[in-house]
Amino acid sequence: MSIKIDIELCTGCGVCEEACPFEAIKIQDDVASMDERCNLCGACVDVCSFEAISIQGLRKTGGDGNDHKGVWVFAEQRNGKIASVVLELLGEGRKLADKLGVDLSAVFFGYSVEMQTNELISYGADKVYVADAPILRDFNDEIYSKVLVDLINEYKPEIVLSGATAVGRSFIPEVSARLETGLTADCTALDIDTERRILLQTRPAFGGNIMATIICPDERPQMATVRHKVMKKATYDTNRKGEVIKKDIDGYGVNLRTKVLEVVEEIGETVNIAEADVIVSGGRGLQEPKNFKLIEELAKILGGAVGASRGAVDAGWIPYSHQVGQTGKTVCPKLYIACGISGAVQHLVGMQSSDVIVAINIDKDAPIFDVATFGIAGDVFEVVPALIKRFNEIRG
Amino acid sequence: MNIVVCIKQVPETTSVKISKDTNTLMREGVKSIINPFDMYAIEEGLRIKERFGGRISAVSMGPPQAEEALREAVSYGVDDAFLLSDRAFAGADTLATSRTLAKGIKKIGSFDLIICGKQAIDGDTAQVGPGIAEKLDIPFVAFVRKIREISNHSIKVERMMDNGYDVMEITLPSLITVVKEINEPRMPSLRGKMKAKSIDIPTWGLADLEIGEDKVGLKGSATQVIKVFTPKRGGRREMLEGSVETQVGLLINRLNDLKVI
Ligand SMILES: Cc1cc2nc3c(=O)[nH]c(=O)nc-3n(C[C@H](O)[C@H](O)[C@H](O)COP(=O)(O)OP(=O)(O)OC[C@H]3O[C@@H](n4cnc5c(N)ncnc54)[C@H](O)[C@@H]3O)c2cc1C
Ligand SMILES: Cc1cc2nc3c(=O)[nH]c(=O)nc-3n(C[C@H](O)[C@H](O)[C@H](O)COP(=O)(O)OP(=O)(O)OC[C@H]3O[C@@H](n4cnc5c(N)ncnc54)[C@H](O)[C@@H]3O)c2cc1C
Ligand code: SF4
Ligand code: SF4
Repeated sequence: MSIKIDIELCTGCGVCEEACPFEAIKIQDDVASMDERCNLCGACVDVCSFEAISIQGLRKTGGDGNDHKGVWVFAEQRNGKIASVVLELLGEGRKLADKLGVDLSAVFFGYSVEMQTNELISYGADKVYVADAPILRDFNDEIYSKVLVDLINEYKPEIVLSGATAVGRSFIPEVSARLETGLTADCTALDIDTERRILLQTRPAFGGNIMATIICPDERPQMATVRHKVMKKATYDTNRKGEVIKKDIDGYGVNLRTKVLEVVEEIGETVNIAEADVIVSGGRGLQEPKNFKLIEELAKILGGAVGASRGAVDAGWIPYSHQVGQTGKTVCPKLYIACGISGAVQHLVGMQSSDVIVAINIDKDAPIFDVATFGIAGDVFEVVPALIKRFNEIRG
Repeated sequence: MNIVVCIKQVPETTSVKISKDTNTLMREGVKSIINPFDMYAIEEGLRIKERFGGRISAVSMGPPQAEEALREAVSYGVDDAFLLSDRAFAGADTLATSRTLAKGIKKIGSFDLIICGKQAIDGDTAQVGPGIAEKLDIPFVAFVRKIREISNHSIKVERMMDNGYDVMEITLPSLITVVKEINEPRMPSLRGKMKAKSIDIPTWGLADLEIGEDKVGLKGSATQVIKVFTPKRGGRREMLEGSVETQVGLLINRLNDLKVI
């Protein structure tokens, strides 16, 4: 395998240099060349408008795709409750299934799950594959993997989606490895190339600094874990009908090497900023701990959570559990309001995929404005109280 | 207790900046470092070794310069290090990476516990640890924040979940991936630094591992990156001008239009 640049075709435009995630390309004397950092990822091949780059000795093509049909969603539960990301996956899965003209199915493992299977159908599943047993109540990677692998081998779906939750990111990679197929992590967008019936999976990498679109051209199923809160929830309709297929798991529980001894919920930290639709965040620009009251007040009016920069956390103004960014939480709410936050890249990677970003900063050149949808160059102590006042008026 | 830690060399993303003018990444002078999560893997391995004895080996798959990362691991106290490097390994996705590392670990010898980082800060997938466990047919626990007990044939750990933690027990040999809450990594020792300079690090290529060329690298990968782009930033940016009252009024109108409030 090797990568080649046709120096006749290359114009030295530099587009490939920009696209290479490994900084392997340099433009010298108006031609591109690669060094040993090249990982043969292929990203540069497609971006070159002059077809100057080619990778030789590519992999085999024409896999076992054709006998695989249908879109599956792994319907994760914890304590019997369906995770909210599952409803988003059913919404997205429905679109993908419709584009492909196939069924949408949910796969549900748990104990005493009758009621939840109906829920899954109301949210759009045409079929629900259910494994119901005490041993499936808690999340045990080993048995979850075994059951899911066997179901996939038996019913052969072409696409399997799961939430990019602790559960999904733990056992789905084992499932895909056992099936010898591809898995794309933590996707934020999915689509179908209808011509080739291929799933286009887009995900952030390098801490959110780049996005990559990934395909699994030959192996089936095509598998992806999907980030919470980026897809639209499915609509709920109790009139929907669906088929329930029971998976018998007798014998699966013997000789397990993995045991779940205890499941502990920690609710001490009440604000889960990762789940909030609106986040109002404060930074060092607030100058004093007591000024966080302003942030709290605005958050409360908007029904949102309070976030913070590391600057504010390190100053001891607010606990670490509120920190957004590379060493804090990654959030993607519908609305993120940054007050007195400069916008260091370590903060940006934690919040830049929010739908709408409002930045309030006294310094009109602060980098936070680069990612903002709307910017207000002004003093937080004037702007935030004015906002609170107006919202209060609107809401009566 | 024989331990293997898997370490990946990654670019230090904290030094990645966004160019204000062109809205793209500026990556000049990015240093290579040991993946930060793998530092916790090394530290946890060292702590287990201090309690139970045995050997601790580091393994990395990557280009020849990944040897630097392995030398650094030795400076912290790792006993020996192995580099898996071959042109044929380039372009590997997590499936091909897991297969290659699993073969490399087998070749190192018998082990009781493999420790990986939670995820690499460049690829960000968190898929390689579980993948290696599957290829070696051993149990694993991902996202471990604490080791509670280790016995001759099992290990009891706490794993981080989205809203709490689980206490898990798995038999040995097995694999864990660790999160940063698990420990505070130490500094290199003087003795370690000396050893890092002189140690011989074997490099194993395709021919040394019992694995087919179609199972590794780009050829052995199920996934393929077809496009890489920078996320759109500030594309819609609008600075709201005027008095504070006007700015606030404009903002509320805009947010109403977008139906976010
Ligand atoms: C390895 C590493 C990891 C990190 N991880 C994180 C992380 O997870 N999260 C994170 O946030 N940071 C992180 N940081 C720190 C980051 O680099 C910044 O230092 C931090 O985000 C700065 O916080 P800040 O914006 O609150 O403070 P500053 O950078 O000090 O910014 C304060 C801002 O407030 C503005 N201001 C001042 N007064 C007013 C006023 N009256 N009205 C309006 N605006 C005003 C100023 O113009 C300035 O822009 C990390 C750093 C490193 C090296
Ligand atoms: C932009 C981009 C996106 C990608 N997306 C995907 C994707 O969605 N799916 C996919 O299958 N591949 C993907 N890849 C390929 C993937 O990054 C590589 O396979 C990489 O070798 C391992 O994945 P990771 O960096 O995510 O490691 P992770 O799985 O996050 O690493 C977890 C741990 O495994 C160990 N480890 C990982 N790699 C090595 C190594 N080379 N040597 C020693 N130990 C190691 C370390 O202990 C590490 O802490 C992508 C690559 C790029 C450039
Ligand atoms: S994108 Fe194509 S033409 Fe432009 S520098 Fe790269 S190889 Fe040359
Ligand atoms: S194949 Fe990937 S790593 Fe190699 S030069 Fe092109 S973009 Fe860079």
